[in-house]
Amino acid sequence: MDDAVAEHNSPLRILIADDSDSDRLILKTLLKRLGHEVLDVSNGLDAVSVFQQEAPDLVLLDALMPVMDGMEAARQIKFLAGERLVPLIFLTSLSEAGALARCLEAGGDDFLGKPYNRIIIEAKIKAFNRMRLMHQTLSDQRDLIRERNRQLTEEQEIAKRVFDNVAHSGCLDAANIRYHASPQSIFNGDVLFASPRPAGGMLIFMGDFTGHGLPAAIGAMPVAEIFYGMANKGFNGQDVLREINQKLKRILPTGMFCCGAMIEADFKLNQVQVWNGGLPDGWLIRSSGAYLALQSRHLPLGILSPDQFNADFERVATGPDDRVLMMTDGFLESADRAGNVFGEQGVTETLERLDVGDHPFDAMMFAVHRFTGNFEDGDDLTLCSLEMMDEAGLAALPDRAAPSALAGPAEWRCTYEIRERTLGEFSPLPLLLHICMEVPGLRRKSGEIYTLLAELYNNALEHGVLELPSEWKRSPEGFGRYYAERNRRLANVEGHYIRFTLHHSLKPDGGRLRVVCEDSGRGFDFQNHPSVAPGSSPAESGHYAGRGLLLLKRLAETIRFHESGNHVEIVYDWRLTRTAGDRDE
Amino acid sequence: MSDKPHLDEEALAELRDVMEDEFEILIQTYLADSRDRIRSLREAQEAGNADAFTKTAHSFKGSCINIGAPRLGELCLKAEMAGKESRMEEVPALLDAIESEFQEVTKGLDGLLVR
Repeated sequence: MDDAVAEHNSPLRILIADDSDSDRLILKTLLKRLGHEVLDVSNGLDAVSVFQQEAPDLVLLDALMPVMDGMEAARQIKFLAGERLVPLIFLTSLSEAGALARCLEAGGDDFLGKPYNRIIIEAKIKAFNRMRLMHQTLSDQRDLIRERNRQLTEEQEIAKRVFDNVAHSGCLDAANIRYHASPQSIFNGDVLFASPRPAGGMLIFMGDFTGHGLPAAIGAMPVAEIFYGMANKGFNGQDVLREINQKLKRILPTGMFCCGAMIEADFKLNQVQVWNGGLPDGWLIRSSGAYLALQSRHLPLGILSPDQFNADFERVATGPDDRVLMMTDGFLESADRAGNVFGEQGVTETLERLDVGDHPFDAMMFAVHRFTGNFEDGDDLTLCSLEMMDEAGLAALPDRAAPSALAGPAEWRCTYEIRERTLGEFSPLPLLLHICMEVPGLRRKSGEIYTLLAELYNNALEHGVLELPSEWKRSPEGFGRYYAERNRRLANVEGHYIRFTLHHSLKPDGGRLRVVCEDSGRGFDFQNHPSVAPGSSPAESGHYAGRGLLLLKRLAETIRFHESGNHVEIVYDWRLTRTAGDRDE
Repeated sequence: MSDKPHLDEEALAELRDVMEDEFEILIQTYLADSRDRIRSLREAQEAGNADAFTKTAHSFKGSCINIGAPRLGELCLKAEMAGKESRMEEVPALLDAIESEFQEVTKGLDGLLVR
């Protein structure tokens, strides 16, 4: 405030142009007495050149002057001033209205009549100085806003680079995934992650944070870390969701949360599991063209405390070429010029019109762009489709972490047993995988190790402890019954256990991992099992589903059953690769 | 002819107040300027250049008003109007009146400086 007052009273640099020497002398003296600095010239041409050199704050111009008159000088001075407001007052004894109007049209801001009146001159100069300072303040503030905006954009670019490193696109480029996300989608609060699972299948997470800009992007960082970290270690969608929810609940301020959906696709079992908390309906689109809504049945992430959070997935059996389609609110909110939104109606109409040969992703993108009339990238919508397919077609998934140069434990043995209630609540697989991954040579084999452990564990749990018949899973009705029964029986596992014993030792050129899995079930007749004893009839009853056992046989050196069939021992050998290009497979 | 005084005493007092030590310089400047202008008016009249005549009369009028010589200012205005409306036949009489009034103003201003 003090500064502003000081500036209002500070001396100005004033340019006077008048061809009358006596008039100029009077005006110059008057202004000097008021404390201003005065530059004076006697024609328009000199006025323009002094203006250019000295950049005065205010100009007083006689209208009629030799060489260049005041009108022309006014035009040139206003042009030179550009964005700067330099008040320009005509000195004139003109009284004809038309002549006065021409002065203003040429860029003049006011007139000063003759004879000069010092009170009026002082008042006018003060008034125009106020206007000049106000203009200056506005210009400065505009420049400040412009600069802040530039800074913000630059910060966002840096943040985006960091985010892109944390939230790399995972396996979004896999052949069975199609997606659209604007390059700046992170600042709309949209995230999309996809990761292959060590045992096969994929996890996809789509999220939509409340808010825009950096606050929305900041929440996305830990979600990306959790998602990729846990998915790589073999955690399932439920575990990842629980962790994300707990983390967001802890770090996000009240009122900020993340609508999200997790899709866990299992290409072997041909099923998808879906959890939708607050995103628009997802859709399962069958290869036949039939479709099914995957509705939001949960609150968004980051709202409920861990004990209230429900991470139950919906399980849907699928067929080859079935597709899952997920989208964020931005997709439904895409608007045309009149402000009408695409909405759920736009989505369902597109699905209804879908021909068998159409890819729902293309159809949906085309429909929304035709609706908005905008084919540019400037949208803020996120759409993703996942196609169910044979895992063999996904051979080109990116390699996981490169082998570490650090030496890890080579000779070790451990036993881990989970018991009773915990059988239904906790999967020991990520922990066991983590222990194995401490051996540098095994790290590149995480997929195979996970598959071995998962097959052993699932067989021990579902067929050994729970005694569920695997053939149920072969029909759609049995599929539902199987999982209902699984949940029922998990509530009743007193006295039961599953025990893993892992034993690793080095061999020349590699190492050997011996895994023993024992369970408390009654076992099965492995002597007569079709896969164990080739040549016998392919009866499908028994402890091991044929496929699982074949998988174990393919990956392991040896597989042996002991006791009543509830004690399985496998031996897995690995060899050092000599050169980077010399892959085992 | 006109009821306006030769000199506006009040305006001149104010100018003296503003100009302080430079008051005499101002008066000398005005007188020299005015002699130039009267010469210019004569030349324009002889050349029959109504436009130059009008502009000079206009500027002359402004400085007369500012210095506090209202009657001379009024004569300049009449000359300006005559030039503007191309009534050049009226100009010689007006020029004579301007010259004689300028003598009066010069005398009066000189008197101010001596005081």
